Parts: sequence; structure tokens; C-alpha cells
Amino acid sequence: MEEGRLKKDVFIVANKKLKSRLIVGTGKYKDFKETALAVKESGADMVTVAVRRVNILDKRKPILTDYLSPKKITYLPNTAGCFNSKDALRTLRLAREMGGWKLVKLEVLGDKKTLYPNMIETLKSTKVLVKEGFKVMVYCTDDPLLAKKLEDSGASAIMPLASPIGSGLGIQNKVNISLIIKQSKVPVIVDAGIGTASDATIAMEMGCDGVLINSAIANAKNPIRMARAFKNAVISGRDSYLSGRMKKNFFASPSSPRRGLI
Amino acid sequence: MAKIQLNGKKISIKPKTTILVLLKKFKLNNKKVAIEHNGIIVPKSNFKKKYLKNNDKLEVVHFIGGG
Repeated sequence: MEEGRLKKDVFIVANKKLKSRLIVGTGKYKDFKETALAVKESGADMVTVAVRRVNILDKRKPILTDYLSPKKITYLPNTAGCFNSKDALRTLRLAREMGGWKLVKLEVLGDKKTLYPNMIETLKSTKVLVKEGFKVMVYCTDDPLLAKKLEDSGASAIMPLASPIGSGLGIQNKVNISLIIKQSKVPVIVDAGIGTASDATIAMEMGCDGVLINSAIANAKNPIRMARAFKNAVISGRDSYLSGRMKKNFFASPSSPRRGLI
Repeated sequence: MAKIQLNGKKISIKPKTTILVLLKKFKLNNKKVAIEHNGIIVPKSNFKKKYLKNNDKLEVVHFIGGG
């Protein structure tokens, strides 16, 4: 009843309206069945996918699209594993040919150990992709200057890392993420490094427009329940952000009135 | 017979094989893949027109799980 009176909160990325502010990755799961169940439980209506060679020898190998229909859920093709602009562009052009996907996630990595993004190649690729008509969501470092440059180059969303991909270390530099949120006119989605549900809540309370989670769900002991935990964490964090938290005080303030004390 | 490279593997095909015929041979759904022929992306509409010749390099990709 209360909910009906609250102003509706819409999430739009590259002119696309999404119901959930949680975007989930589809890697690292035990099998496609588990992937599909976790995605369903997460409530996400956008999932990231990778582009790889078809295994031509194993004809009966199950395929992702049989478990997660691209008609029901938005596929966000990524360039994971690409270490230069050339490979990233090649991957996304193939992805576009596959099903007409113009909305893509660009990530150009620079270091195998940290999977830290190579921002020089990332910026270069963003410019080319925007020119070719792609809507590019860009995985990037948490450097506000570079984030601004990406936005100026036409990025549809800025996706700074919380910490290295798959590390589960949570948001390491809140100041930088806050600076990026404050300056950006396009959605800011924290991508990579989130470890547990509360990390996602923190990101949302800071004012992020969304979060992208893969490992924290897929590597949980019970990925399907963790998917639901993230769904609720993101909703809570967003509501908390929109509500505007109370001021912090150094001393106590009683919750019950003093008047009428017996 | 013509020898081509399919996803890095050498295979032999009959002469005058089109991309579409090759996909059928490997039981691949042409709607769910994208193809690069000698480094150039082939639009789906050209799958049935594109004939493969000796030493061609073909990359067939699809979507898999990823973060």
C-alpha cells in the first residue's frame, strides 16, 4: 500500500529501461541450469555474456541461449579477455552481427595478474565504437579524470571497478567512486570486486546507479540464495540512498518521548 | 577436396561448400553464431552465398557465460 505512494524509480541505460539495478554476469557457474536459476533469483533483466569460439567437435554441448533466452533478458556482450583495442573491437563487431546487439560492455585489460583495465586502449576503443553506432558501457579504473574523458567520448555508462575482478575485496576507494558519481551525467555502475551483498548496498547508498556482480554470486556456497541476497541488497541500498539518511550525532537521542514519563 | 581452418582446426571440405552448408554439417544454428571469414565478418544474409576455398580461415563464435 505504502509502495504505491512512493515515486517510481526508473533505471535507464542507453535509452533502455531496466527493472533491476542489478546486472549479473553469467560466468563461473557450475552449469547453465545453475546460471539460469541464479539469474532468475537475482531479478536482473540484463546479463553479461562473453563471445568465444564454438566447440565444433562437441556437437551436443549445451549452449547458454537455450537456458537464458535473449528475447526475455537483455544480453550485454563483453570483451572479457581482450588485452588490446583491436581484439575488443573485433569481439564486439562479431557480437553485433550475432543478434543485432548495439548495447555492449567494453573492457580492455592491461595486466594479467590484476586484470586492471588498460585505459589508453579503453578510451581509444570507446571512441571507435561510438562512431560505429554502438552504445558502450565501459569498464574502467576509478580515476575521475579518465571517467570524465570516457563520458565525453560518448560512453553510455561508466563502470568503475570497486577492486580487481573476482577479488571480492569490495569498494576500495569510496572517495573516487563518489567523485565519479557526482560528476557523471550517464549512469555509474560499479563493476568488479564486490564480495558480498552489503558491498552492493554500500555502493547503492553512495549513489551508484547500479552494480554488476558475477563472482560474488557464482562463487558463493549457495549461488542461488546469494543471487536473491544481492537483489534485496541493491533494492535496499537504492531506497536508502533515495530516502536520505539521518545525520550522524556524537551523543544519544532517545527514541521515546520524555513527556508523560511515570 | 579443399582444406580450410575452422576455429583453428584443419578440416577438409567438399568443393563448392558454402558457409551455410558447413554450419549444417556441424549442426550449428546459423541464427546463434557469428562468422569471420579470413578476418572479415560475414553478414548472416551472405552465409548461403559465400563459398569456401582452399586455405580459408573461418572463425565461428557464439555467446557463452561471462562476467
